[in-house]
Amino acid sequence: MPQLGETVTEGTVAQWLKSVGDSVDKYEDFVEVSTDKVNAGVPSPVTGTIRELLVKEGETVATGTPIAVIDEVGAASAPAPAPPATSAAAAAPAPRAAQPSPSAPSPNGSPAPAASAVSELELEGALRGASPAVRRLAREHRIDIRAIKGSGSNGRVTADDVLAAARTGAPTPHAPAAAAAATVPPGTRTSTYAQPIPGTSISLVQARKIIAERMVESKHTAPHAWSMVQIDVTNVWKWRAREKDRFERETGYKLTLLPFFIRAVVESLAAFPLMNARFVPATAGGPPSIYVNDEVNIGIAIGLPANLVVPVVRGADKLSIKGLAVKGGELIDRARKNKLGVDDLAGGTFTVNNNGANGSWASAPIINGGQAGIVTMETVLKTVVVRDDDSLAIRSMMNSCLSLDHRVVDGYVASGFLAELKRRLEAMGPQGDL
Amino acid sequence: MAVVSSTNSTVMNNVEAVRATLYEAMKNDERTVILGEDVGARGNVFLITKDFIGEFGERRVIDTPIAEASIVGIAVGMAMEGLRPIAEIQFADFIYPSFNQIVGEAAKIRYRSNGEYTCPLVIRTPYGGGVRGALSHSVSIEALFYHVPGLKIVAPAFPDDVKGLLNAAIDDPDPVLFLEHKKTYRLIKGEVPDGHYTIPLGKANIRKAGTQLTVVSYGLYLHWALEAAERLAQEGLSVEVLDLRSIRPMDKTAILNSVEKTRKLLIVHEDNKFGGIGAEISAMVAEEALFSLDAPIRRLCGPDVPSMGYALPLEEEFMSSPAEMADAMRAMVKF
Repeated sequence: MPQLGETVTEGTVAQWLKSVGDSVDKYEDFVEVSTDKVNAGVPSPVTGTIRELLVKEGETVATGTPIAVIDEVGAASAPAPAPPATSAAAAAPAPRAAQPSPSAPSPNGSPAPAASAVSELELEGALRGASPAVRRLAREHRIDIRAIKGSGSNGRVTADDVLAAARTGAPTPHAPAAAAAATVPPGTRTSTYAQPIPGTSISLVQARKIIAERMVESKHTAPHAWSMVQIDVTNVWKWRAREKDRFERETGYKLTLLPFFIRAVVESLAAFPLMNARFVPATAGGPPSIYVNDEVNIGIAIGLPANLVVPVVRGADKLSIKGLAVKGGELIDRARKNKLGVDDLAGGTFTVNNNGANGSWASAPIINGGQAGIVTMETVLKTVVVRDDDSLAIRSMMNSCLSLDHRVVDGYVASGFLAELKRRLEAMGPQGDL
Repeated sequence: MAVVSSTNSTVMNNVEAVRATLYEAMKNDERTVILGEDVGARGNVFLITKDFIGEFGERRVIDTPIAEASIVGIAVGMAMEGLRPIAEIQFADFIYPSFNQIVGEAAKIRYRSNGEYTCPLVIRTPYGGGVRGALSHSVSIEALFYHVPGLKIVAPAFPDDVKGLLNAAIDDPDPVLFLEHKKTYRLIKGEVPDGHYTIPLGKANIRKAGTQLTVVSYGLYLHWALEAAERLAQEGLSVEVLDLRSIRPMDKTAILNSVEKTRKLLIVHEDNKFGGIGAEISAMVAEEALFSLDAPIRRLCGPDVPSMGYALPLEEEFMSSPAEMADAMRAMVKF
């Protein structure tokens, strides 16, 4: 608790401007403190990530009392960095492309499962803090890092921990899936998708097989064209910052940029219905055609360590930003817990891919089969821009990339759609009703 | 002043070791010439060459004008034509005017002449801070010359290394930049073996063996790193301290062997962090020993500011300390 005046001995935390897990820049206000004299924002002494908030809002403590723990970026004692994201949506490793339409039966007749996402996800968590030495030693000694209790800072598994485990009879990596085990001769080291071993083959789980088939099918049958637009998200970003704490309190979900973006997408689809369509190939029953969808169902591509799922927000055009945020948050939550049902995955007419969470600046996604396009959100970067009056300004800029099925639409429609998307997103905020 | 011990060695400080080694070189080889500002009548500002001019004459102990480009340029010519010049830059802060002679001429003679000429030149200069030297008597210059192929850079920390490495530098057929940390001149004492000996250039030395962390350093900071490592030893933490001694050639083998043993690397040097010696060592280890690393490599180095100030707080802010080094070591061991 900083001293906000010479005679002030205590302060009250009026409002936390950051939550646990949020990143904070040096000198950026991260808490509002009130005393009997002043209300003031308190700048962060370091650049880092909020690890812990030690004082509740409304609580009064003596000056000098620690009120928060911030992991400084680059500090040697800091734990492995959390995913650079503020929301479940953004935390998902960015997928490069959409999942096949899961309502379609897979070759063996069963719906495409979301694979063993839970165990893979846990593994990813344990591996995130594993140093190169730990990974190498674990590989050499066939040790399962997840089963070791770490003795390093914040429970990190150290190289010595791995060696100690090797000496005392170590837990070995979890048994591969039954199907995989059957195809690998006994005694051969086995790879999994999450723990690949150089020089070995990985048996594909069903979901991976289907992803592979559908990607090839889409890329081969739908001629992909690509375009990108740069969007000024400064105002919508501010709007989100203003609303996010209250939103999370009220709904339990984090407010990301995603629902704002989806809202702008559905409005733009309404202006360009051809982008919400699909190509119907010629069949014995008739010539090829283009079917213009009467529903707007937006798929959200979510990358998981072992696969990719695209849950669908149905009737997205009838939801407010708040409704999209809640529905999206719920789907993402269930995706990460591997609890998506078949209905959640069916019926998408257009796909949004939040690719920027890990810093991607541009990407060329593969269209989800049976749709006319997929649009990405790339990373938000503060950029110096020259404005119309030739003045310079620092703005938060985001690229948005569109892959389109050139059988359905041409560049004329696609660029019109992107321009509309840009115009609508730039018109949002800095305040308003969600 | 010098105490002869029973094991045929003499206790000296660093400045005495420089003086004794230069004296022997002048005595043993008539081709040896010393030149620089105030090296003659004044006997050098640290009295390293006191009385040399009387004994060896002003043709071999040459007081030059205040013109560093000339000092090195003349020495390059002497070296190419058969003499063994030892040029002195009075303080490393003054070396900049001679940059072209060192980088553009001395370092390239062998290459440019297709091996017909060599340039057996030693350039000695006191460097480093912690002495309230402010802008013109504190600087570390090694990184400026580190980039240059054809140049060797030596920075001993202990008197026995001063003698062995200075002898090796004088014997070397190519130019050597010999850096003497001025704060260690009278601060650091140690046994120096009697008689002529050399220590090979490009060989680091484990000054303290340990198992949990490798600390690479040189110069004044090497002594502070040793002090910090001792503190950690009392806490039961085992740190290995590697004295680079030669900055270039870099002793990759010694660094990699140590890192492969301890799996963690901390580099401490007084020179600025950005683009410094530690950057090259970090990159080398990342390229060659990534899968031995159990923690991010860390560098504790001078801040990215133009100089240390004269005011004590400004100097202290620039310089590290044994306490700060101990904190960094502790954090890395416990990582």
